[in-house]
Amino acid sequence: MTAPRALRDPLTWVVLLLLALLWALPRGQAFFAFLFPWLERPIYAQESFLSLAGAHLALVGASSAVACLIGVTAGIVVTRPIGAEFRAMVTAIVTIGQTFPPVAVLAVAVPVMGFGALPALIALLLYGLLPILENTVAGLGAVPEAVRDAARGIGMSDAAMLRRVELPLAAPVIIAGVRTSVIINVGTAAIASTVGVRSLGLPIIIGLNAANVAYVLQGAVLIGLVAVALDLAFERLLQRVQRWQRL
Amino acid sequence: MVRNRVALFLIAVALAASWGLPFLTHAPNRLLSGRPIALVSVLAGARWFVLLPVLLLAASPFFPTRRSAQLVVAASAAAFLVALVWLAGSEAAALAEAAPHAARTSLGSAFWIMLASTALMLHDELRRLGASALARSATYCAILVGIAALLAAGKLDQLSLLREYAGHRDVFTAALLRHALIVILALAPAIILGIPLGIAAERRHRLRGVLFPVLNLIQTIPSVALFGLLIAPLSGLAASFPALGAAGIGGVGVFPAVIALALYSLLPVARGAAAGLAAVPSAAVEAARAIGMTAAQVLRRVEAPLALPVILSGLRIAAVQAIGLTAVAALIGAGGLGAIMFQGLFANALDLVLLGVVPMIAMALLVDTFFSLAIAASNRVPR
Amino acid sequence: MIEFEGVTRRYGDTAVVEDVSLRIEKGEFFVVIGSSGAGKSTLLRMINGLISCSTGRIRVDGHDIAALKPEALRRRIGYVIQSIGLFPHWTIARNIGAVPELLGWSPQKIRTRATELLGLLKLDPAVYLDKYPHQLSIGQQQRVGIARALAADPGRLLMDEPFAALDPITREALQAEIAGIHRDSGKTIVFVTHDMNEALTLASRIAVMDRGRVIQVGTPAELLIKPANDFVGAFVGRDDAGLMLLATEKVTARMRPGGVDGGPSINADANLRQALSRMLLTRAERLGVVDGSGRRLGTIHIGDLVRR
Repeated sequence: MTAPRALRDPLTWVVLLLLALLWALPRGQAFFAFLFPWLERPIYAQESFLSLAGAHLALVGASSAVACLIGVTAGIVVTRPIGAEFRAMVTAIVTIGQTFPPVAVLAVAVPVMGFGALPALIALLLYGLLPILENTVAGLGAVPEAVRDAARGIGMSDAAMLRRVELPLAAPVIIAGVRTSVIINVGTAAIASTVGVRSLGLPIIIGLNAANVAYVLQGAVLIGLVAVALDLAFERLLQRVQRWQRL
Repeated sequence: MVRNRVALFLIAVALAASWGLPFLTHAPNRLLSGRPIALVSVLAGARWFVLLPVLLLAASPFFPTRRSAQLVVAASAAAFLVALVWLAGSEAAALAEAAPHAARTSLGSAFWIMLASTALMLHDELRRLGASALARSATYCAILVGIAALLAAGKLDQLSLLREYAGHRDVFTAALLRHALIVILALAPAIILGIPLGIAAERRHRLRGVLFPVLNLIQTIPSVALFGLLIAPLSGLAASFPALGAAGIGGVGVFPAVIALALYSLLPVARGAAAGLAAVPSAAVEAARAIGMTAAQVLRRVEAPLALPVILSGLRIAAVQAIGLTAVAALIGAGGLGAIMFQGLFANALDLVLLGVVPMIAMALLVDTFFSLAIAASNRVPR
Repeated sequence: MIEFEGVTRRYGDTAVVEDVSLRIEKGEFFVVIGSSGAGKSTLLRMINGLISCSTGRIRVDGHDIAALKPEALRRRIGYVIQSIGLFPHWTIARNIGAVPELLGWSPQKIRTRATELLGLLKLDPAVYLDKYPHQLSIGQQQRVGIARALAADPGRLLMDEPFAALDPITREALQAEIAGIHRDSGKTIVFVTHDMNEALTLASRIAVMDRGRVIQVGTPAELLIKPANDFVGAFVGRDDAGLMLLATEKVTARMRPGGVDGGPSINADANLRQALSRMLLTRAERLGVVDGSGRRLGTIHIGDLVRR
């Protein structure tokens, strides 16, 4: 009998590993002291990894949620007759905006708005908006004209067509955009630790400043696992949304 | 009757910004925040002629949709972009005459918003005109030439951004070169390894099933984490073999940055190569083989030219991504424009941040444009 | 009944449909034919309000459609298009039930109706109800498209070149299906095509369009015998007009009673053109007319084809 699907799923293993590490790292004094004997403090102990992880996820979650809301709404508006005039301008903003390095938005936001979580949140929001908006426009635009013609022809109102036909068909592309946005934000949120934001990047930044390789490693492994877990979760979601295509 | 709602929206944004936000800020020194200077107070004396293009632009949403009107609007927008920059520079120069040497005049948020709005208006107007890629490039080039002329003539020298540059000139040049060097050093192995890997993956299913998941995994890991993961083994390596450390191979600096960036660049390059090969019509390949070409000849004469646009597209993504990631590498001591950016970030000095960020963005846009032109040129398939 | 009163549709300065006035009676199989760009699709899409009139009025059963809510109108008119347009993310059952769902039918009622319609269109419900469109061939998808149009039992059906993208065999099969559905249900069908043979086979009346104007409206025979101008004449096919005219009548219309068994025969639901073809092949000047079970119903002579 094959193992239940949850056990065979890499997502389960990554999440388990992450939770295990969050529990084990604070207790791994001996292990890290063995690896890095020259370090006085081999374990990052100023803050619990769990609370840092929580702060990191909260930051990414909040900024991505709002970015989703604004991005998808704007994408919908721009693909309707009302907003069609603005589509080229929005596409230009999104294209040029994505040639900016994500850190640049953070680096500009902080001197303007000050240190702390709010400027970081706004920077993450602004940059995270772009892939979501781009993919919403692309996804809605890719709905075959025949399908929209048929939907209107059988008597669906514009709102019904959007809700029942266009958004479900565009969902895979939109979700892919949210995925890209979230993964980028995980990295940028880590860098935000350079300006005092609490996140899993804090051990890395402090480790770099204090030449403490162990701190850096601990932060890096945790961030890596968080990013991979989120990516796998989105993969799951995409598979479920596209179930009918694989029949 | 409003004929152009996009222009109306952008004008509203620009007007609101110019009225409510500072065009420039003037501070007695680098550390203190400056007093805001509104656009209206800058328009003294002869500077009122700047309002000419502004009036035209403001009226443009109501213009008839005729080609001549659109050309006028586009020209006004282009002229205004240069005029805006000149205005900022000239006001900064005027203020500098009366103020102590340490005083700083910075570009305010209204300046940036008006610059962006006008640029977007120009972009939209060019699109409505149906301007060819050549015409559009020529217009943007003309504006850049105008701004470059202002720079060369020293008209912008009193802006704090230029003052920072003047004060950090050597560091800046070194950082710029280092940044470009890291990108090139990272892309080279990515291309040399990535393209063959991508081609092989396209032909062999098993390799594809291994290669892309691994590369995807690497891409998912945030750059700062990958740098962090490389530090431990690499610094251990340098500690065990001091000769390597002396040669610059170690946990910090350019070396780990190049390795990480090369790893990141592998995915877009390999994926571009695979997709490019997949896009070659199988009928063409079959015909080539039927004529009697060897596999190598088919690759060289038929597949490579037809796959080139998509391969270049993958390269473009890799290059632009690498420019951005190199900024983060400054955290592990790799230098580059990111170092200037972070320095400004820690010192809460926006101008220093901009000194790092603006060239980075310019570099990314240049590279993107270069590759776009290359892709267009390599597209032999008539559309 | 569908009436066009002086209907024009302009895009900028060009009139895609110009000053069209016609009347489609209840229960007719009305075919609109013309070359590409003649405005026939536009005309069709004005009936269910997908395209509005620049001037003029369209009435459905006496009501001006401009006064009706477009969605309400469209839910009472079936709509079948060339590119089929099934919703890829819905099962066949849900696709067929699209309009009933909008009208608030219960899920059971929808499923029953979908089963019924799949049977009508010769698709096994047990196999196809829960499949997705991409799992069906194009021909099968268009059958589902027709089922979807019929689901809420509308009085009228609009069909825009529905069989143009299908292979000849499937096209012929579906033409027979739709003719059968029309015969059995008495629905009004407005059918757009550029294929003259299709028009002659299916239509009770044909409207010929050229560059936005309706040139002639008439039965297939009228168009063949008395084309209004050279354009119509060329369109219906001047050289073959006589043969095409034969195709519009069944053998039963001209057969004589009686005759001797044996010798070449032809099925009772064949048309006169097929009879002529059989006569030429068998080098016989007369054919027996038989029904499905082989029983002789009469005889048709070659002279009967030219008579009258």
